[in-house]
Amino acid sequence: MREISLHILDLAQNSLTAKASVLTIGIDIDHAKDTLTVTLSDDGCGMSPEFLKNVVSPFTTTRTTRKVGLGIPMFKANAELTGGSFDIKSEVNVGTAMKAIFVLSSIDRPPLGDLTGTMISLVISNPSFHFHLDYCVDGNAFDFDTEEISAALGGDVPLDNPDVVQWMKGYLNEGFESLHGGA
Amino acid sequence: MKSIQDLEAIRQKTLSEINLRNDRAGTRVVVGMGTCGISAGARPVMMEFVEEVNRRNLKDVMVTQTGCIGVCRLEPMVEVYMPGQEKVTYVLMTPEKVAKIVTDHIINGKVVTEYTIGAAE
Repeated sequence: MREISLHILDLAQNSLTAKASVLTIGIDIDHAKDTLTVTLSDDGCGMSPEFLKNVVSPFTTTRTTRKVGLGIPMFKANAELTGGSFDIKSEVNVGTAMKAIFVLSSIDRPPLGDLTGTMISLVISNPSFHFHLDYCVDGNAFDFDTEEISAALGGDVPLDNPDVVQWMKGYLNEGFESLHGGA
Repeated sequence: MKSIQDLEAIRQKTLSEINLRNDRAGTRVVVGMGTCGISAGARPVMMEFVEEVNRRNLKDVMVTQTGCIGVCRLEPMVEVYMPGQEKVTYVLMTPEKVAKIVTDHIINGKVVTEYTIGAAE
């Protein structure tokens, strides 16, 4: 994967497959600690201890069409390549949480990439799913919550409505820019 | 600056629009977004479909995603479903190919044969 946001797009699919009702995505950029931390936590069906033990292996997957699953192994490899770390916890019927720490200044750290594109792709493909994004740069936070948006729309306009999509794009871009623009 | 309050205006506008049905109703554009599709560049393709559909105001065309379609080496792949027609699978997609598929296939009903899986195989 060329971008960290592509990993997020890919791994979110695991939560959807696990029949979660909410997925919280956290991105925390800390220049003082020189880290970029990505967390994904859901309330899906979780994994058994045996499955969890092998989940970072590329030869572990729940799908039946073939025997490889590269989403988690590639995410872990990319984080560790920067000198960072990867951790995953899961409990059956409670959910799964994973955390990858990238060393921010490492030359091997992929760019965060088009996070707006990732969020929009997720929301329009799953308009009734609850996504929550916490984006934080050196203690300044921006958050995006699809349940809040649904509520503001009175519940009768779907989130994949083209006008809503355009609004979300602008809202996300402005939110990210406000934390990076130096203003 | 965008704010949550803007959504109320969008809601009013949407609810006041008369829902005109036409023969495109039920058209679906499905982008393969397994690990393979994403790493091959499926996200910009999907975003371009969203943009193009919005630009042409095609209110009844749905753009959505699915997992691995099965031929990873031809990713990014896109399936176009139109009512009463067979599914068409486009392969090795790029954002540049999107406009032609929207105008020729979705609007004018003419499949872009050179981008299909049949032409690639």
